[in-house]
Amino acid sequence: MRGALRFLRDGKVRDVLWQVAATIGMIAVVAFFVRNASENMVKAGIASGFSFLWRDSGIEVPFNITGYKPSDSILGLLWTGIVNTLLVSIAAIVVATAIGFSVGLLRLSRNWLLSTLAGFYIEFVRNIPLLFFVLFWYFGVLAALPTPRDSMSFLDVAFLNRRGLSVAMPNDVTGFRIALLATLILIAIQIVLARWAKARQARTGQAFPTWTAGFVICGLLPLLAFVAAGMTTSWDLPVLRGFNYRGGFVLVPEFVALFAALSTYTAGFIAEVVRGGILSVRRGQIDAARALGLSPGRIIRLVMIPQAMPVIIPPITSQYLNLVKNSSFGAAIAYPEVVAVFMGSALVSTGQAIEIIAITLAIYLVLSLAVSAFMNWYNSRHRLVTR
Amino acid sequence: MTKVPWVETLRQRLFATWWDTAITLVCLYIVWRISVPLFHWLLLDANWSGTSREDCKSPGACWVFVRMRFGQFMYGQYPVPERWRVDLVGILLVMSVAALSWRRSLVIPALIVLPPLGVWLLHGGWGTGLRVVETREWGGLMLTLFLAIYAGLIAIPLGILLALGRRSRLPLIRFASVVFIEFWRGVPIITVIFLASLLLPLIMPTGFDVDRLARAVIGLAFVIAAYMAEAVRGGLQALPEGQTEAAQALGLGYWRIQRLIVLPQALRIALPAMTNEFIALFKNTTLVLIVSIFDLLGIAQAALADPAWVGMNMEAYVFAGAIYWFACFGLSQWSRLREKRLQVAHGR
Repeated sequence: MRGALRFLRDGKVRDVLWQVAATIGMIAVVAFFVRNASENMVKAGIASGFSFLWRDSGIEVPFNITGYKPSDSILGLLWTGIVNTLLVSIAAIVVATAIGFSVGLLRLSRNWLLSTLAGFYIEFVRNIPLLFFVLFWYFGVLAALPTPRDSMSFLDVAFLNRRGLSVAMPNDVTGFRIALLATLILIAIQIVLARWAKARQARTGQAFPTWTAGFVICGLLPLLAFVAAGMTTSWDLPVLRGFNYRGGFVLVPEFVALFAALSTYTAGFIAEVVRGGILSVRRGQIDAARALGLSPGRIIRLVMIPQAMPVIIPPITSQYLNLVKNSSFGAAIAYPEVVAVFMGSALVSTGQAIEIIAITLAIYLVLSLAVSAFMNWYNSRHRLVTR
Repeated sequence: MTKVPWVETLRQRLFATWWDTAITLVCLYIVWRISVPLFHWLLLDANWSGTSREDCKSPGACWVFVRMRFGQFMYGQYPVPERWRVDLVGILLVMSVAALSWRRSLVIPALIVLPPLGVWLLHGGWGTGLRVVETREWGGLMLTLFLAIYAGLIAIPLGILLALGRRSRLPLIRFASVVFIEFWRGVPIITVIFLASLLLPLIMPTGFDVDRLARAVIGLAFVIAAYMAEAVRGGLQALPEGQTEAAQALGLGYWRIQRLIVLPQALRIALPAMTNEFIALFKNTTLVLIVSIFDLLGIAQAALADPAWVGMNMEAYVFAGAIYWFACFGLSQWSRLREKRLQVAHGR
């Protein structure tokens, strides 16, 4: 008897047995759940399969830039939700980065009052739930805005009231498309130019005013192109008719509230990341740069930022990812993003919970995996550079 | 000329250059413009006494509203004559925390006995003479704390197991842990709460109903467990390999090494990160609002719809927000203090 069980003392055998047991356990649990689910679905008469995606949705989406209509398919609805998620996320990422970098730098200011105020901001937003800010902006701030009749007017092309922000829209966007294309080409030119300037400086030591050139090529010229595009088209101005403004493009209050909450909240976290990154640059590096006679601007640009960025970028990417995931908080105020239109409206109208949940989770998972793949790539690339 | 030390400090930190002086003055002006009206609204011009909306005559905040609805903010719709049970659970919680920090060996028995006792007291029934209070009547701060504590009680052990699994030498266990962790970390919590409330009833045998609140607790716990696992993994990675090797040389088995050597040290290192995850959990309990469970924020939100108290948005938000802020800020300060004390103890 004892001899027969001796093989159990072998580490390798035990490893295999443990894994087999764990696998069988997991399969059993999953099988149990699947069996229950299929039984329950048959009992409740819920259909399965993905054919519902091509059915007419019949769901109204009050805010969309995809040209979606209720007579479109549920797939179209899903696409509208994804576009709305990306729209609010990208807008919030840009603003959160700007606020976050400013607050993070101010936190390190030599001026005590300034750094304390930045610290207050960080501690304020980080210790309160995001949902609180979303609801606060929506029900507290935007609900307190004037009625359409007493809208705040900005040069008569934009009107802010509790129904949202109405902005003038061009009737013909061809000019803007051309301007956008021109901008992309100009950016490409700038990249080539910067590479050439760097190579020449390495070879001959001659400096090239890359930043001034970049300002003209990527800032001034595109601006002129867009102004020109704006001159060539007529504009659809918002006009007060009845109880609300008609015409133009309306940013709904749900968008404004979610955008404001996401950007100010994430900015608090980005600020901490930026502060940590800058503090990670060794004091000696800055002293050495100063000893070489570099100007303060160049110390920041050539010594501090290049060394702080590798520390800043990985955590900031995960903050961006958090922001995209947090855009689902829009469901709480009925901003039509993926979770609200798909997991909410489409699920209620079709009842196909499993398929819809799977698709929604898959969308976010693909996004997360893509971002973490980028982070791994960035980290490995950076590790090769340092010695 | 002699220099007064604090004047000199002030000069250096606020008025070092012209530029600094200008910035300081602008900041002071902004602070002044914001804090004075805020102070007036919050305290000086606020209304404290009375019983209805009509008693709020001065332009400041109407704290009468919070006073009249204080019970709801704390207990939700929990029946008034039964609220002593919630208080009792609260007292038990504080006492057990105090007792546990005094005697560590009681942790495991306390974790086995106390959580079921808490649910039993709050819910009633099950052989006691206590009246049954359905979970849909629970609400307010009590529910927020319930969600955070019970989800935490599941998430912390599960997170530790997942972290160990991710570093296991058995490939299948490692793979399963990685998939579990990355899956729950990759999806928004709001979808997980939806998922738990929709799928849990579907995958259970017919006739076996999972309570609505329990679904939310399970959903939250799984997500936080995945984040906890990453926090614990940080602690495990910071531990020198020699610790495990020495324990192996002494002939200890896997579980004993983890329990006696690795985890006590790794968890101490991981504690700040784990506290951060717990704060995140506390903040994310607010999301149960979307499946119509009314925690503190939900009660504040619901109070806005009361026709007797129209226009109390700011008061409700400020009160609820202040509680969240103090709780989260307190926790993070506690963790920072511990970290500092630990560094001093290690002579760093």
